[in-house]
Amino acid sequence: MPILLFRVDERLIHGQVVIGWGSQLHPERYLVVDDDIADSEWEQDLYRLTVGDSTKVSFFTVEQARQRVSEWMSADERTLLLTRDLCSMLRLARNRLLEGKSVNLGGIHHGKGRKMVRSYLYLNDADRGRVRALEEEGMHASGRDLPGSLKVGLADLLEE
Amino acid sequence: MSDVDACGVVLGHGAMAIGMVDAARRVAGIEEGALVALSNEGKGPDSLRDELIRIVGEGPVVIFTDMRVGSCAVAAGVALRSGGRRAVVCGVNLPMLLEFAFHRSEPLEELVPRLVEQGRSSITAHLPYADSPV
Repeated sequence: MPILLFRVDERLIHGQVVIGWGSQLHPERYLVVDDDIADSEWEQDLYRLTVGDSTKVSFFTVEQARQRVSEWMSADERTLLLTRDLCSMLRLARNRLLEGKSVNLGGIHHGKGRKMVRSYLYLNDADRGRVRALEEEGMHASGRDLPGSLKVGLADLLEE
Repeated sequence: MSDVDACGVVLGHGAMAIGMVDAARRVAGIEEGALVALSNEGKGPDSLRDELIRIVGEGPVVIFTDMRVGSCAVAAGVALRSGGRRAVVCGVNLPMLLEFAFHRSEPLEELVPRLVEQGRSSITAHLPYADSPV
């Protein structure tokens, strides 16, 4: 079973992911790709607590993930892969490592220079540049907080 | 008795916390400031964490979250770790908040187990034609 969802979400594992997407996709594991959290055991424990015992959660740096992502995509486990920013997803996708895969932008909140695309998604020029770069790496980016929400297409994401 | 009464922060998705705090105030008459609502609506993890830590101060404080899963529980976990006299209770309900209102002078070590017990025991269900609650 390939990775069912590549998602960028500042909150990583939270209600929308575990309940909203989880009830649709029935993941057996979450892979969190984040350089800082991969080095922080207490933060990892915190995220594991919020998931419960039935689903595995693993944490990797971007470089570790780049070494393993092909293996994960051909593994049997139903998997969701999460980063908390566009930068990490883009680093993961470099050299067309995730070519043809969709990337879901599920939660980037208000910040410096960011303009609202949807209530859960704010982007600035640098963010839009990263979205374009993801497309250049062969990924297909769209916005959607929950499975039942309307998808936000690339043109809307890139509108300044 | 504790030297200072505990305060409570109800942290939840959407408008849930505001509604629960309003209901607790109406039923128990708990004063403003003793029980505070905080929503995660529109907040990223950093801003939610910062606002929560600002509200809880040094404590004693009980942070009530709507559920064990999610950004609210994660923010509460970070606040718990960042020091002060703090406790986190996940899965808040109104009977639990009312128990808090009437016993918040107790030390956290006694108060928190009491809240959990009250919250659990207040959940009942009734099936049609059954003689007693489930």
